[in-house]
Amino acid sequence: MLDNPQDTAPAFAGAAAEPQPEEASAPKMSARDVCVYYGDKQAIDHVSIDVHTEHVTAFIGPSGCGKSTFLRSMNRMNDTIPSARVTGTIELDGEDIHSSGMDVVQLRARVGMVFQKPNPFPKSIFDNIAYGPRIHGLAESKGEIEAIVEKSLRRAGLWDEVKDRLADSGTALSGGQQQRLCIARAIAVDPEVILMDEPCSALDPIATAKIEELIDELKGRYAIVIVTHSMQQAARVSQRTAFFHLGKVVEYGHTSDIFTNPREVRTKDYITGRYG
Amino acid sequence: MSQHTVKAFDEDITRLRGLIAEMGGLAELAVQQSLEALINGDLTLAAAVVERDKKIDALEIEVDAMAVRTLALRAPMADDLREIIAALKIGGVLERIGDYAKNIAKRSGRIEGRSRFEPLTLLPAMGEIAIEMVHDVLTAYAARDPVVAREVIERDAKVDAFYDSIFRNLVSHMVENPATISSAAQLLFVARNLERIGDHATNVAEMVHYAAVGSYPLDIER
Repeated sequence: MLDNPQDTAPAFAGAAAEPQPEEASAPKMSARDVCVYYGDKQAIDHVSIDVHTEHVTAFIGPSGCGKSTFLRSMNRMNDTIPSARVTGTIELDGEDIHSSGMDVVQLRARVGMVFQKPNPFPKSIFDNIAYGPRIHGLAESKGEIEAIVEKSLRRAGLWDEVKDRLADSGTALSGGQQQRLCIARAIAVDPEVILMDEPCSALDPIATAKIEELIDELKGRYAIVIVTHSMQQAARVSQRTAFFHLGKVVEYGHTSDIFTNPREVRTKDYITGRYG
Repeated sequence: MSQHTVKAFDEDITRLRGLIAEMGGLAELAVQQSLEALINGDLTLAAAVVERDKKIDALEIEVDAMAVRTLALRAPMADDLREIIAALKIGGVLERIGDYAKNIAKRSGRIEGRSRFEPLTLLPAMGEIAIEMVHDVLTAYAARDPVVAREVIERDAKVDAFYDSIFRNLVSHMVENPATISSAAQLLFVARNLERIGDHATNVAEMVHYAAVGSYPLDIER
């Protein structure tokens, strides 16, 4: 009871496996001792994290701490960077995503991504959603495609706003609508995990609130991982929070604990605005 | 504690802590002087206690406004959040302590035959412990010291024991000296007020503990 968190804080340096918040179900994705290098530079240093379905996991930390790099390694987005190298294991339902049997295109369908800036294809709203299911062969007939488009737009909370103009260009929508279109596009291929890299940083507060509401609705179906610079956003939308600093996970735990009573001084200094 | 990147945030917290310290100092003084006024029948001092309570009330409003403003502007997290929530609640509790002191002061003029009224001698010892609790909990607050906060909580049992003993004493006194019932009843209320002051000091101590380490000291038996 008298524990001062500052006195009992275990040294985080060299901690190979971060303690994971207890969880009854098996993790959807499980990273162990992951290191990511860009050439000689090490961006991620032995990070171990589990993420679970029906949970939102937030990654927070100062710019350059590696949270986006780690997020991108979760669906092998770093493969597109020639100098990037990943060690350690990342499993999706117990299967190593780097194993030879893992089709990277299939992986990215199962582990979808939403980026900081909305990036709809310069195509119609309809085709933005229909593109993925078509190339993944999820739908054959026109009717099936239409059903997927409507379902995805509904889940993304965009259907009522765009149902009468599905042929309009996706880029003609407002920023917030474009971001929800991108979320709908990610949902359309029936993913299991959705990675979001600062999905609200380019949006106004109302569009942000809609995305947060959407994240809350979507979490019942998917495992969601969100990188955010907004502490309040992380506190609002997530159940688990990991604090990254200098490529390591300093602290990973229940969001309520992280934001009211963090174990680590570094976490506390960051979230209370005493960083550097 | 290291400083915030935004210095105005540090200034806000320092100011808030200063207001609580000022309130606490006034509340402690009020309890002390209200007892003095009661024991000595010093109506001037009693009036001063009553008058000074307005200042405590005004400070509570200032604490509220400052805390709400800080919550709104800074969206504090972790220990900052606990600090501000604690200040908000402690402000309310100190205001109540001030009210109890005022209530004791108001009873100063209602004790008859003071020099021959033996039950008056029962109260100072109880008052002393209650005043010490208020004093020490403010020290704990200033130092963010959970250990001192615990000691304050543990001391509340003594005040409660005093209250029980004084209650019995006063009741038997009233049975034996029906003529003094009116004065003795006043003292019952005073004892009750002191007992409540002890409880409130305990509440403050719990908030100090919470602000310092993030948990309530639920293991202490009360």
